[in-house]
Amino acid sequence: MVTLKFNIEGGNFSKAGYASSQVKKTLKQLNIHQSLIKNIVVALYEAEVNIVAHAYKGTIQVDIAPTDVSMLVSDEGPGIENIDLAMQEGFSTASAEVRQMGFGAGMGLPNIKKNVDEMYIDTVVGKGTSLKLKKMLNNV
Amino acid sequence: MYSDQPFYHALIIDDQKCIRCTHCLKVCPTEAIRIVDGRVEIKEERCVDCGECVRACPQKAIGIDHDDLGLMNNFKYRVLLFPSVFFAQFPERLSEDQVYTALMELGFTHAYEVEQPITVLKELIRKTVKENTSPFPTISSFCPAIVRLIQSQYPSLTSYIAKVKAPHDLAAHYVLDNLSAQGIAPAEVGLFYVTPCVAKIAAVRKPVGETKSIISGVISPGELYNKVMAIIDDIEPADCSDFRKELTKEGIQWSLTHGETWWQNSKTMAADGIHNAIKMLERIENEEIENIDFLELRACDRSCAAGVLLPQNRFLTVQRLKSRARRFPSAEKKMQAEGNNPFEHLEFKVVTDEILPRPLQRFGPDIAKAITRMQRARSIMCHLPGIDCGACGAPTCQALAEDMANGEARMSDCIFIQQLWQKDGKVPPEKAFQRMEKKWGEKRFDPDCTKIGAKNESN
Repeated sequence: MVTLKFNIEGGNFSKAGYASSQVKKTLKQLNIHQSLIKNIVVALYEAEVNIVAHAYKGTIQVDIAPTDVSMLVSDEGPGIENIDLAMQEGFSTASAEVRQMGFGAGMGLPNIKKNVDEMYIDTVVGKGTSLKLKKMLNNV
Repeated sequence: MYSDQPFYHALIIDDQKCIRCTHCLKVCPTEAIRIVDGRVEIKEERCVDCGECVRACPQKAIGIDHDDLGLMNNFKYRVLLFPSVFFAQFPERLSEDQVYTALMELGFTHAYEVEQPITVLKELIRKTVKENTSPFPTISSFCPAIVRLIQSQYPSLTSYIAKVKAPHDLAAHYVLDNLSAQGIAPAEVGLFYVTPCVAKIAAVRKPVGETKSIISGVISPGELYNKVMAIIDDIEPADCSDFRKELTKEGIQWSLTHGETWWQNSKTMAADGIHNAIKMLERIENEEIENIDFLELRACDRSCAAGVLLPQNRFLTVQRLKSRARRFPSAEKKMQAEGNNPFEHLEFKVVTDEILPRPLQRFGPDIAKAITRMQRARSIMCHLPGIDCGACGAPTCQALAEDMANGEARMSDCIFIQQLWQKDGKVPPEKAFQRMEKKWGEKRFDPDCTKIGAKNESN
């Protein structure tokens, strides 16, 4: 298994996407099918942007095994008050500034869910959120 | 579907001239070079023929697979095809006809600049861009090093490469058409192309997305330049304007940066220099760049004006081409005046077959094995110093770690690890030195005053 770890800074939009781009490069080097890479990178990018847009700081850990890629995305931030609402397309709590930069359209969590096989959200309001994602590699 | 064609490479290492320094190793953008058992080795599946190693070699030890000029004697009609950047190598005091006549004096029966009639390529690119409804831009197929880079490192983008052949292919068809109109059979014609760079040679010898090349031979611009300059002052210029009657502003500047984009009316972008191209491809692959219809990427900084085989300075070449272009008509206006594109019938001849990806498999084809190997490489990296000195024969510590994980190198290749082992008494100094000599060649570490900077400045 290959494990990749990243620290993510909240509010630093110029670096948003770095982790997902590194993961993409690694998956390419391992000959993982390009459509699976795309799913993983889209999900991870959304999760990464969530940290940047909403949280103070966070970490991403990606574990690549021959059968699946597991991702653990944890942040210290405001947490999610209503997960059902957050899962609705178009629902967003992002600030006006964040939206102006082209983020915060309310597609983050729904888009992540669409692109992975498993998604678990663990959130405590006022403390932070952790997202556990899994993408199976055997079905292209 | 992947391409199973091995890449042909035009680079030839001269082991006599090569002193095993690490210049080529360090500049290779795809980390394709290693030093093994006292020799430079090119990893065929990684090399994209960009020619950066040729530029960097202080010994001029990397040769090019050119054809002998004498090859033309096998043909009744000997046609020289050359890019406009080659014409721009000559001093501006020489007239167009002087240069053309000198080329004929060297034994050619015809001489054409390849960027004519460029309208065919312009229109074909326009059509391709229009037909592309995907969110990805159409990527120029002009620079063969970029096409190879995309095939091996950005396989998911290969389908966006324009299926358009190079100007030399266009010119070849144009010339053969012209000659057959004069009753000359193609079998009697030898087409010789002056290549500004390594990638173009590879593209001529083994075209991507074409079954067979139309060119009979590739000629070194350096050699031809010297031969022309040797006779040019005694040349009585003849009227050769017929050979360049389809030459236009656009054609002359086609091989410069923005050459394919500046006349396009859609949203375009151009980047030159292989490292800039890599950054751009990375961003395109990440879908970070939106609303671009056409992307021109060139491996050399200043595009073909910087062709590694050309004798003159790239900035001077750009300046000469630009000032020369002012004297020629615009292809756009010419087409408008003529009401249609008189060379439309050539269009289908410059469409390539599907360009297939050939993804680089760094750790082999099997995913489970690749993961194990990558993990091994990452563990090895804990022990390597991260100095990236190249003394192991690999360009970086990470490249060495990957080679080790693939069973192609050993821990003892690292000279710092060797030092550590010697300090700890694990390896006798004699043994450590033997290993170095094996890597870099016997007597490589004896004093040698012929090296540059010692008592000899020539190479």
